[in-house]
Amino acid sequence: MGLFILRRLGVMLLTALCLTFIVFWLTNLAPNLEKLAKTQGNARMSDEAVVSWLDNRGYNQALPIKYGQWLGVLPGYIIEGTDGQVRARCAAQGQPVEDAATFCGILQGDWGYSTVFKDEVGTIVATRLGLTGKLMFWVMMVMVPGALIIGVLAGMREGSRTDRSLSTVSIVSTATPEYVSGVVFISVFATATFGMQWFKGTATGAMEDATFENFFLPVITIALYGMGYIARMTRASMTEVMTAQYIRTARLKGVSFPKIVLKHALRNALIAPFTVIMLQFPWLLNGVVIVETLFNYKGFGWVLVQAAGNNDIELLLGVSIVSVFVVLVTQLISDIGYVFLNPRIRIS
Amino acid sequence: MEALTWTGSLGTILNPVLMILLALLAVAIVAQMILGFFAPAQTLQSNPDGTIAATTGPLGLAETGVKYTFLGILLIVIAYIVVPQIMPYGAAGIVGEITKRFLPVWISLIALFAVSIIYKRKLGLYGKLFDSTVGMIGFGLVMFWVFTALFVGLFDMIATHDYLSQVSGLKNKGPGIPVPEGTAGLIPHYLLGGDNLARDIFSRVVQGSVFVIAIAPLATIFAFMVGITLGLPAGFYGGKLDTFLSFVANLILAFPVILLFYLLVTPEIVETGIPSYMAAFLFVFPLIFFGVLLNSRYYTQPAKRTAILVPVLGILGWLYLSVINQKGTVIDFLPAWLDLFDISILVVFVSVVFVNAPTVFRIVRGLTLDLRTRDYVAAAQTRGEGAWYIMLWEILPNARGPLIVDFCLRIGYTTILLGTLGFFGLGLSSESPDWGSTINEGRKLLLIFAHPALPPAGALLSLVLGLNLLADGLREESLKD
Repeated sequence: MGLFILRRLGVMLLTALCLTFIVFWLTNLAPNLEKLAKTQGNARMSDEAVVSWLDNRGYNQALPIKYGQWLGVLPGYIIEGTDGQVRARCAAQGQPVEDAATFCGILQGDWGYSTVFKDEVGTIVATRLGLTGKLMFWVMMVMVPGALIIGVLAGMREGSRTDRSLSTVSIVSTATPEYVSGVVFISVFATATFGMQWFKGTATGAMEDATFENFFLPVITIALYGMGYIARMTRASMTEVMTAQYIRTARLKGVSFPKIVLKHALRNALIAPFTVIMLQFPWLLNGVVIVETLFNYKGFGWVLVQAAGNNDIELLLGVSIVSVFVVLVTQLISDIGYVFLNPRIRIS
Repeated sequence: MEALTWTGSLGTILNPVLMILLALLAVAIVAQMILGFFAPAQTLQSNPDGTIAATTGPLGLAETGVKYTFLGILLIVIAYIVVPQIMPYGAAGIVGEITKRFLPVWISLIALFAVSIIYKRKLGLYGKLFDSTVGMIGFGLVMFWVFTALFVGLFDMIATHDYLSQVSGLKNKGPGIPVPEGTAGLIPHYLLGGDNLARDIFSRVVQGSVFVIAIAPLATIFAFMVGITLGLPAGFYGGKLDTFLSFVANLILAFPVILLFYLLVTPEIVETGIPSYMAAFLFVFPLIFFGVLLNSRYYTQPAKRTAILVPVLGILGWLYLSVINQKGTVIDFLPAWLDLFDISILVVFVSVVFVNAPTVFRIVRGLTLDLRTRDYVAAAQTRGEGAWYIMLWEILPNARGPLIVDFCLRIGYTTILLGTLGFFGLGLSSESPDWGSTINEGRKLLLIFAHPALPPAGALLSLVLGLNLLADGLREESLKD
């Protein structure tokens, strides 16, 4: 078990390094840097001015070196610029170069400075993650029980009417991407078109004070898309368990049907959905970006769109790290959890 | 001209009936759901005279109720489609005019279903689809949009107005609004209203189907070619090759899709030529696939192999070169007379293939791992067949069931991805009539004008739902074997 976790951790670390390097490379391509120079310096810079602007700020170093500095394993640059000014990567605004730390990167907790929000990337990511965390919490509270109940009810008696109608519901919900259900929900429940103006069409107010009125639509929009998929997985797992030998034994012994479902089947049927729920996180991230844009809820997904749309390189890198980290950690939890929950693997 | 109402004179008769039936259906379904938990299961009872009687009870009643109300609703819907065809223009309202516009689609659908149902026993898996209600509904929805795209794209039929032309005064106007005199268009109304640039929403939606139907299946086919060509050897040989390829696939899968799109589909990245190089890499896989496929089969008859392989690879190679060769990008070496077409949305196409390929790879690899232990593989090995022959001619045909089902699901997923790209305005021009961009245009004023965003949303939903139902029906029928 220990060795298994260690090996998984090693692969995860390697994946994280590869992914961040790819993101770093893509965001630091020459046209992106040129755009950065022109937005930060002067929009009508000549080509030479752009090159010297980038040279002075260490952007024209070799890619692996830049990546090492950004990561915090190589010492930050100290460059005497063509304009005579000495700049150091690690020197804060106004701090003399001599006092600057040698290393400053992600590992030292220095995430850089956002050009759009004029703030430290670390603080932006932290506050926005908090807001998205609130959204995700409620999504999970709606999605997981809903999906499990639908899945268990459908899988309990395979082929019954309940099974068929609930399966159709879950197919419909997997076929409805967030931007479709969100638009439909807003126009039905937040405008006067259909006479059912029950909810608010924006969730901006929910950032400070989330109420049922302004938070229900974004939550249900995200939850619905994932719900169908988890429900189908639960159903598949439940039908498989219900045909197992020990369930038949219990039936023949005369155990009542509700008792079979609740006491015998449910525990084994919920192992597979656990991994599925964990692996849903990357998809939920997608949904979060769409829903936060649609409902104007200024959380993590909204920041991703802002950073990517405005060529805010360091913020985009920070956002990428967090999302890659979330994806990898949930994968790890799902792997370990599966081994841990499944008695056949755990005991052997 | 007067504005059109929703259902016109037809609706005065049919609407109340439909409402009543819908209410009854809802009641019956709820009753059935609740009774399904409490009522005793249907039991068979043998009578003294040797016959069997099924006791249905209240549950059976609810089921019968659902069945008949559903049939009733179906009849009314058919009436909404059929009756307006013989009514004069405008008498049947917006719904009637829309069903009239779709007349060629209805005829093709009926013809297709009639032929397929008559010959369903001779048509293999496709024919079996017509044994499952779910599969038929799904197939109907998908074929509806396929025919729409065909008629709009090839014959320029269904759309009523030019999808780009703006008519002053119709900005954000509601459904059924009459257009001013002298405006070019087949009918004097905007059936579903005008969008925020005063363009006809109905025409934009049907025009958008052309984009989706043209791109989504093609991108999925490319993703399958890449996934199959890499997944088969990974599963068959295992070892280092498998470890490496699986690692790369997991790497791409660990990327949140939207982040990947935002990193790949920007004008700056297009400028560096990365999409062109990716296209050059990804699109070479169909060539490899067909080359290996034919070579492994015919390499014992060199004359025949050459006769088949040269034209196939020649045509594919030409297509390949004209796809990757784009004016004004890094790969621009073909003379203009050799370059068949320029795809303006190459970057969209590439990124969708790139996102889908790793999942296909994983599925194919898993199937191969399972199938390579089968007896027929051992038999082929004993016969002395080559590894690629076994992979492509023994394993791949036997993996077709799950792959066909996944293919349907994946077209739906690709449609969703294309919509996502449009929704964020990535890689597509804002003029583009595709559904994602139209939803994006419509959502900006959603709280004031809801009508521009709903038709494309409904269209996308129905197509993806159709593909999902189709996949479900196919899975059910292929499991019956």
